[in-house]
Amino acid sequence: MSEKKYSKKHEWIMLDGESATVGISKHATEMLGDIVFVELPEKGKSLNKEEKAAVVESTKAASDVYTPVSGEIMETNQPIVDDPSNVNKDPENNGWFFKIKVKDKSELDSLMSQPDYEKFVKDNPN
Amino acid sequence: MEKTALYNFHKNSGAKFVPFAGYEMPIQYKDGIVKEHINTRQFAGFFDVSHMGQFFVSGGRSTELSLEKIIPLDFKEIKMNQSKYSFLINDEGGVIDDLIITRVENGFNIILNAACKDNDIKEIAKCLNSESKYELRKDLSLIALQGPKAETILESIIKGVKELKFMNGNYFKFLEKKIYITRSGYTGEDGFEISVPNVIVENLIKLLTYKDAKPIGLGARDTLRLEAGLCLYGHELNQEINPIQANLKWAISKKRRETGGFKGWENIKKDLQNGVSKIRVGVKPAGKIIAREGTKIYSNTGEEIGIITSGTYGPSVNSPVAMGYVKSKFSEIDNKILIEVRGKKHEAKVSKLPFYKKSYVK
Repeated sequence: MSEKKYSKKHEWIMLDGESATVGISKHATEMLGDIVFVELPEKGKSLNKEEKAAVVESTKAASDVYTPVSGEIMETNQPIVDDPSNVNKDPENNGWFFKIKVKDKSELDSLMSQPDYEKFVKDNPN
Repeated sequence: MEKTALYNFHKNSGAKFVPFAGYEMPIQYKDGIVKEHINTRQFAGFFDVSHMGQFFVSGGRSTELSLEKIIPLDFKEIKMNQSKYSFLINDEGGVIDDLIITRVENGFNIILNAACKDNDIKEIAKCLNSESKYELRKDLSLIALQGPKAETILESIIKGVKELKFMNGNYFKFLEKKIYITRSGYTGEDGFEISVPNVIVENLIKLLTYKDAKPIGLGARDTLRLEAGLCLYGHELNQEINPIQANLKWAISKKRRETGGFKGWENIKKDLQNGVSKIRVGVKPAGKIIAREGTKIYSNTGEEIGIITSGTYGPSVNSPVAMGYVKSKFSEIDNKILIEVRGKKHEAKVSKLPFYKKSYVK
């Protein structure tokens, strides 16, 4: 397992061998409020870095979730579809969204470390 | 940006603020929209709705007749302290605003939507003669207390409120000041709307909090009213939609539906006689997909038949809920329709309203 990284669009990603787990940050869930709907990508779907991968909806609005790296969707987290409040409960662990087979690991280099992300959030409160 | 008298209370209660109709208003507090919603349905919640206009018009019968030009109610029928839901109507029959009007001592109290109130007052003033006096009461706050425990809680603070019947009001005393309370609300729950001077509103709120009523933001106000099938101005209602299309015929007094005499009557008469081409309906998606405002509605055969005007997830019915307009021939309850969300069509049906059964005290 390597270090958890973050995108400017508030996704987190954790690399494990050839694949990576992706979810949305705790900060993102706090901004969204109660999540009441989640739509996940189809298994086997190929996506490019920063392409729309999933949708989360609060009572107020729908938001897109983007993949921080290019690759193929290997697995999705059905429990967050069945009960979307699982995302709010544990966004950076059990509330993960999908696992992706990473095409080019160097794409992770441009992402932020946890301290950098925290600083980014502080400087961009919205 | 304006603030209500309770701004500091909201802030200290962990409110998240949003700009709404020129006011900084709490969209939610720490508990979040879903918990606030459930708390209102199961216990009691209070809403600061002081951004809404509390407009008093005084005068005699000629004032009533003037108001009848723009509000399609039979004013003779409104008893002392009785409230009615109705509209301000424009020349084409469209809705300038929806409102609650209550007959009080020497006149009427009209509750106007925050975003509409300045224009409403201009439109009302145009109809009034010199006998009528009017005033927007900025010295008063408005608090809605809603939920099954609303009566017990408020009765313990202000004796006698439990005697109020739904859509009726009266004067009460709170901290030696005269206040006006109606049994009404916009959540589908029993409850009260309390008009109270700004200078003592925080005292009232503290007592409500002490009785475990929770502050509720605009977010839950929206999910509550949508489950209750109630219209929100700017969404289900606007200047291009008339009350018949909005399926709110009942809010025009029976006599006025027969004799007219108000603005836009010709168009409304036509729609009453011939039926409307489009009408407001409830929409219930078959799955979990939420149909937001602007979502297109299609018939089973793929014909575009309408549009969603409000949609969210309903925490008490635990499913998505929506309202919208469809061509009348598709408006039958349980009629299967399709909603287009993110480029894909999903099954839904026309649903009876409300989605959540109300429990008003008659």
